[in-house]
Amino acid sequence: MTAQFLYGGAGLILFVLGLWSFLVHAPLLRKLIALNIMGGGVFHVLIAVAYRGDGVPPDPVPHALVLTGIVVAVSATALGLVLGARMQAGEREG
Amino acid sequence: MHLDLLTDPLVLCIMLPLLGAVLTAALPRRAVLLGSLMAVATSAAAVTLTILVWQSGTLRVALGGWDQKLAISLRADGLATALVVMANIVGLGISVYASGYFRDPERMRAFWPLWLLLWAALNGLFLAGDLFNLYVMLELLGIAAAALGALTGSRDAIAANLRYLLVGLLGSITYLLGVALLYTAHGTLDLDLVAASIAADDELFAVNAATLVLMVAGLALKAALFPLHFWLPPAHANAPAPVSAALSALVVKAAFYLILRLWLDLFAPVTGMAAAMLLALLGAAAVVWGSWRALRAERLKLLAAYSTVAQIGYLFLFLPLLAATPAGPVRDSLLAALVLMAVTHGFAKAGFFLATGLVQTNAGHDRIDDLGGTAQRLPATTFAIALSGSALIGLPPSGSFIGKWLLMQCAIETGQWWWVIVVTTGTLLAAAYVFRVLSRAFGLEPTPLRFITDARAEIPALLLALVSVAVLGLASGPLWTLLGLQAGGDA
Amino acid sequence: MSLDLGPLLPGAIVLSSMLPGVLIFLVDEESHLLRTLLNLFGAVLKLVLVGVMIWGVWRGEVFESRLDIAPGLELVLHADALSVLFVSLSTVLWLITTVYAIGYLEYSVNRSRFFGFFSLCVSATVGIALAGNLLTFVIFYEILTLATYPLVAHRGTPEATRGAKIYLAYTLSGGLLLLVGAVWLRTLTGPVDFLAGGVLSGMPASMHGELVAIFVLLLAGLGVKAALVPLHGWLPQSMVAPAPVSALLHAVAVVKAGAFGILRVVFDVYGVEFAAELGLLAILAALASLTILYGSVLALTQDGLKKRLAFSTVSQVSYIALGASLLGPIATVGGMVHLVHQGIMKITLFLCAGNYAETLGVHKVSQMDGVGRRMPLTTLAFSVGALGMIGIPPIAGFVSKWYLGLGGVTAGQHWVLLVLAASTLLNAGYFLPILYRAWFRPLPAAWENEHRFQTRFETMGALLWPPVITAVLCLLAGLFAAAPVSPLQWAQLIARREYGL
Repeated sequence: MTAQFLYGGAGLILFVLGLWSFLVHAPLLRKLIALNIMGGGVFHVLIAVAYRGDGVPPDPVPHALVLTGIVVAVSATALGLVLGARMQAGEREG
Repeated sequence: MHLDLLTDPLVLCIMLPLLGAVLTAALPRRAVLLGSLMAVATSAAAVTLTILVWQSGTLRVALGGWDQKLAISLRADGLATALVVMANIVGLGISVYASGYFRDPERMRAFWPLWLLLWAALNGLFLAGDLFNLYVMLELLGIAAAALGALTGSRDAIAANLRYLLVGLLGSITYLLGVALLYTAHGTLDLDLVAASIAADDELFAVNAATLVLMVAGLALKAALFPLHFWLPPAHANAPAPVSAALSALVVKAAFYLILRLWLDLFAPVTGMAAAMLLALLGAAAVVWGSWRALRAERLKLLAAYSTVAQIGYLFLFLPLLAATPAGPVRDSLLAALVLMAVTHGFAKAGFFLATGLVQTNAGHDRIDDLGGTAQRLPATTFAIALSGSALIGLPPSGSFIGKWLLMQCAIETGQWWWVIVVTTGTLLAAAYVFRVLSRAFGLEPTPLRFITDARAEIPALLLALVSVAVLGLASGPLWTLLGLQAGGDA
Repeated sequence: MSLDLGPLLPGAIVLSSMLPGVLIFLVDEESHLLRTLLNLFGAVLKLVLVGVMIWGVWRGEVFESRLDIAPGLELVLHADALSVLFVSLSTVLWLITTVYAIGYLEYSVNRSRFFGFFSLCVSATVGIALAGNLLTFVIFYEILTLATYPLVAHRGTPEATRGAKIYLAYTLSGGLLLLVGAVWLRTLTGPVDFLAGGVLSGMPASMHGELVAIFVLLLAGLGVKAALVPLHGWLPQSMVAPAPVSALLHAVAVVKAGAFGILRVVFDVYGVEFAAELGLLAILAALASLTILYGSVLALTQDGLKKRLAFSTVSQVSYIALGASLLGPIATVGGMVHLVHQGIMKITLFLCAGNYAETLGVHKVSQMDGVGRRMPLTTLAFSVGALGMIGIPPIAGFVSKWYLGLGGVTAGQHWVLLVLAASTLLNAGYFLPILYRAWFRPLPAAWENEHRFQTRFETMGALLWPPVITAVLCLLAGLFAAAPVSPLQWAQLIARREYGL
């Protein structure tokens, strides 16, 4: 039980830290990393939820959600990086 | 998967555009043809779905054969279907317009897969029956929208849409945390089951309330509710015209739809008057501020984008009125009026942006003060702007006139008369910004010889605008039926 | 004949000009013939349909079209005696003005746009006339605002754009007040149709305060279009519009729609006796009298012919409101009949003014020396209109003033005679000098912008005959006021119904 709370609590803390970082830092890369940390926090919470006691197999639904979530987060980050790179290329040319 | 699922219009509404996205990406040389075909097929599926729901009420499909607790379920009720049919008809109009819009073949090829992906995500979001699929669709929508918005490749467009992407991600991750909390508390993601669980269990009030705050805050960011609207005007104003139309008319509406869904279906026992009032106050600020900025805008597309901020604001004004009205025909009418306003805005704003795009291509710019000759040279386009503009103002016989009538009627009945002042102020400001554009159409420039000059581009805009004015305003009765509401909405 | 026209006819009358109007937009600019055909087809068809309706109403048939917009919100078009009065006026004058406009705009640009909106404008007016409840009235009232805007801005000059902007600012704000009033009233009464004798007299006394506030809102909204002082500011500004538009605006469409709305609200929503009980008639009477005198005084000072006519409209239209504000059937008859009489007289004057401008380039009163000798028929028509406005028998205007004065005396409101006398003097003061100049001053050597048409008459036929015909109508309406279907008899029929006599 304690482990579950620790894990879930850490997830919430990660979310808040990520949010803080997203709001105060201007550079694109830091914002993207901050968003990924927030996402990581949410995934922590989901994994903590999946725990159903020692010896009992964990709930598969949150695990499926985390996997899907990671895929989505990766694609979003990729698009963010592409757009950022385009912009930088444009700046160098201009 | 059962074969009959493949012919279910619910599934087709999502699979057809998805298939289209794959095909147009794989065969870029045939993108226009394939994309147009898929657009027509998707719209046909959506119309079929609408007819089915209209006749027999809510439809459901469970994919994967699991039970309701686990399955990916799709659900088309009246509210979802109303938005689906709007989005798909508008989508068809945008597709026809877009097929002739892009001069650069590279952009044309990039447009179609992204646009069909966006379309699939949109339909998926309206039709998803569980919270997590809603999240996936929301993310997909945000990614496709930002990529489309940056399609012009200009620095401004990329910067605006990068910001749009980041803000959208922030919004959806916040929503996802809410989903995680809800699953913790209720052990399911199915909308109906969560709703039942929230209604049954008073002890979880704190968790539910926290979740509500997280989810609504995240979605309000995506719906551009004042003061979280800052990202919208540059993103919508810098996108290519058909994309602007999709973003302003449909994508923002999707986030609002989700708020409404959560507010009415899921969290009804948790939402209180105070929360509704807070959102409505923000909505009121959006109406006034958005309309004011639209009036001061120098560029036509920026004007249209700010007008979207204002129009989203109107939708939030309904929340405290819904909270103050007991269930019954009056509340039903109010709900229908809300949907009517959202749908009307979808048609009107799409028509407005498409027409604006034509003006921009024709004039080479969209500075309002210098548009005189162009406006006069393109009567059909100016007409489309005028028609959709009257729907944005809320002049009769547009759908938003009926919406505003019912909104004000209910505001007076429930004693919340101050919303009447907000509505009238917004209406006057809207009239000012629309006619600021239209007054350019009367000048001493040479006369056009015929009404329509470029049929493929002008007719979609004109028809969409016409629907928002004449069809929705004069025959909104079917909407009540579609929503499954009681007729006879008068006290 | 078993076809039941009852539920179809009112809708068909509105559509008979709306559909041709929409088609006209699509007509190529150079297709002069097609556009003219569409115009005349719509106008004549409407006239025929209205004729059928008058015949039916006369025999006691009920004509009512209903369309459910949404549950509880109904679009109702209903032909009662009052709507028939207004519908007939606008249909007849529309046909005449269309013929005039076709001649007037012969060499002009943007004709498809012009005639499209022209038709929509009349459709909206007829919709207002036939509106069976306040919602329908508001809808057509706003459509009228929108359809008229492009007509005012039509010339495209900076003044035209400015005038149109002012017009729009006034009328849209007014429309919004009307809308709020209508919605508020709706929350008190639920959906109610217009009904002779009013529908509110049964309301409990606790609501009287709200009803007064609502009346003020409605009156403010209607007063803008009816050009009640101090809401009249747009009217002189919109004089930049082409002559047929001004004619239509002043005689049939916009101004009249406001006045007609006031009649509807006083008689068929509040009920005139209930309105008197609430003290609302006194407000209306004061505003109307003020407007009558103020408009006339300002008309005296204008040199521009159309501006003078415009201020004259401000003044004359308020006779209608004055008639509504006096309790008693005789004054009601005076107000109602002036709805028609002012229309035919004012349209005559405006069409003549357009003829002077088109033929001689004369825009100002001070340039009108001797026009009577150059254009005798036009000036004769103008004289009939002007003398009618002053109230000289046997022209139509005399009948209106007679009934208004008599109604005032019967109601015990003798001050009405003073207002009428003062107004008549002022009318004479600003019209007689024009007639004197036109007939008795010597002709100038040449007119600056004279335009000679290929015709044996003084000007193009399409411009000449419409005002002559309306002038004849002014005479007929006065001479045969006692004949069965004269405007006066019809107004008396309405008054009898309103007072339940």
